[in-house]
Amino acid sequence: MNKLSIDPTNGACGAIFVAAGLFFGYQSLGQEIGTAFRMGPGYFPLVLAAILILLGAIIAIQATRVAGEPIGAIAWRGMFFILPAPIFFGLTVRGLGFVPALFFTALIAAFASQRMRPGTALIVALVLTIFSTIVFSYALGLPFQRFGPWLSWVGA
Amino acid sequence: MELFDNLALGFVTASTLWNLLFCLVGVLLGTLIGVLPGIGATATIAMLLPVTFQIGDPVSSLIMLAGIYYGAQYGGSTTAILINMPGESSSAVTAIDGYQMARKGRAGAALATAALGSFFAGTVATFLVALFAPPLTKIALQFGSAEYFSLMVVGLVSSIALAHGSVIKALAMVVLGLLLGLVGSDIFEGTPRFTLGIREFADGLNFVAVAVGVFGVAEILRNLENEHDRSVMIRKVTGLMPTREDFRRMAAPVLRGTGLGSVLGILPGGGAILASFASYTLEKRVARNPEEFGKGAIEGVAGPESANNAAAQTSFIPMLTLGIPANPVMALMIGAMIIQGIVPGPDVAAERPALFWGLIASMWIGNLMLIVLNLPLIGLWVRLLTVPYQVLFPAIMAFSAIGVYSVKSSAWDLYSVAFFGFFGYVLAKLRCEPAPLLLGFVLGPLFEENLRRAMILSRGDPSIFVTRPISAILLLAAALVLVVVLLPSVRKKREEVFVEEDA
Repeated sequence: MNKLSIDPTNGACGAIFVAAGLFFGYQSLGQEIGTAFRMGPGYFPLVLAAILILLGAIIAIQATRVAGEPIGAIAWRGMFFILPAPIFFGLTVRGLGFVPALFFTALIAAFASQRMRPGTALIVALVLTIFSTIVFSYALGLPFQRFGPWLSWVGA
Repeated sequence: MELFDNLALGFVTASTLWNLLFCLVGVLLGTLIGVLPGIGATATIAMLLPVTFQIGDPVSSLIMLAGIYYGAQYGGSTTAILINMPGESSSAVTAIDGYQMARKGRAGAALATAALGSFFAGTVATFLVALFAPPLTKIALQFGSAEYFSLMVVGLVSSIALAHGSVIKALAMVVLGLLLGLVGSDIFEGTPRFTLGIREFADGLNFVAVAVGVFGVAEILRNLENEHDRSVMIRKVTGLMPTREDFRRMAAPVLRGTGLGSVLGILPGGGAILASFASYTLEKRVARNPEEFGKGAIEGVAGPESANNAAAQTSFIPMLTLGIPANPVMALMIGAMIIQGIVPGPDVAAERPALFWGLIASMWIGNLMLIVLNLPLIGLWVRLLTVPYQVLFPAIMAFSAIGVYSVKSSAWDLYSVAFFGFFGYVLAKLRCEPAPLLLGFVLGPLFEENLRRAMILSRGDPSIFVTRPISAILLLAAALVLVVVLLPSVRKKREEVFVEEDA
């Protein structure tokens, strides 16, 4: 009777939960399961994974019947700049040191906004770096190297 | 009397110069982030959590973190009243009538009403915490594994009931959170689970990284979807003092809001958002002038503002007595305790009375500071509202990176931030609330540990959870909540409520 149409929001949502359930379930099978009396490391996660797959399946089935809300605008530019920022910090904080790593992290993140102009971004990143170095490195004494080994040739 | 001795100890602890300073820093920061839309208390506390480790003294750091939480409730109302945008989600309701009051030139009175109502509610609720926490602690000391397990079931189920949108999605988020919480070494046998062979994940995923990703980064991405200007209508606030007529009209709503908020705050999964909404509905219903609501009724500001502040205070009760977080912020407070080497739970009151009572006393001191900060300094906060978002979020990202990295200097934690930021954003787009996931994540290991321990004690017989009376009552309560939420009539009402709240 009904034409089969899947609501994209709930369909994707169900699929994600099922996939996550399958991942945890598969990993749990590699562990010792044990019995209800003496549960092994795999017992509880296996049960949870099964529940998650079930819930995901229900959400996906409901998606064929009820149309949900549209997904709406997606922050592509935001994701493209915001997500790499912490990764860059993680990759460089040891090598470059705290000060330059933080400067570039803030600079990368700043470009996530469509309204950011390069000049403003530079100023924002610079002010943030100076402020954070004073507060976190000098005042709070977090044990970070300010300039890392990659920059040793500069003589800093 | 024991209560007064305890409170005296609390005030002595909280009023050392050092602790007063941290309390002030906390409420200042809280007001700041409360005023600024787009950054909430949860994300801020998550970022500052590792920094508190550097403070060293657990009392000072918890006082500061608590100050951020209730300070944000004050600050959030300023933004709601002046630019019709909730600075904090719990002040969404305040925007309805508060903004209308501001448009009629009564912004000062609205701000004063919010501040005075919050102060009164905060005072009463602090006293309630002092009154009810010790007896609850005594009950909690008799809890075994089965009771703890059942209690956590209640907490998780309540967080589902109070999440926006689909119940089944919230349930799935809890389960996913529990699973994510299990990443790391097995507690009984030490075998690594779900670590994908990454050695850094052997102690589990970093809680701060997950919280910053799911709440902080995902929130920034959502704000970047549609960038639009904020217009600050009022640059100068005058006429702060409410008239005698105003005082007369706000007295009853403040009292009702305080009572309602205090009760709802204790419920696991509840807290400030629900309290402010329930109070608004109540005020509208009992008012003699319901047609004025939505057009600048002072009752619509006084009630919800008292309620959300009362709830913010009483949500400390389950955290302090049972070690069970009522909301994500309390989950972070528990994280802060664990970082400082304190095991959250009923033993805290007996073993660290200075911490327990000092924290409670500091809440009252903090509320007093807030009223001083908010009324005379209102001009300063108004000016802050003109800071554009594109300057703010790079700062949030930078502080998050520093905060997360400082926990244990692990680059993998920063990769987790990016991953969970992305993941949290995708789930938010798919209409899944992050709060149940985070609650599940925090409780995951405890939940499994108590389940397994209880099953060993009962020799594999699951009836232990229903034959022990306290456990049975708790499970019954959880089942009841679940049934009520799934009832068709309640479901419809619940959808209406949340739709209205989103508007």
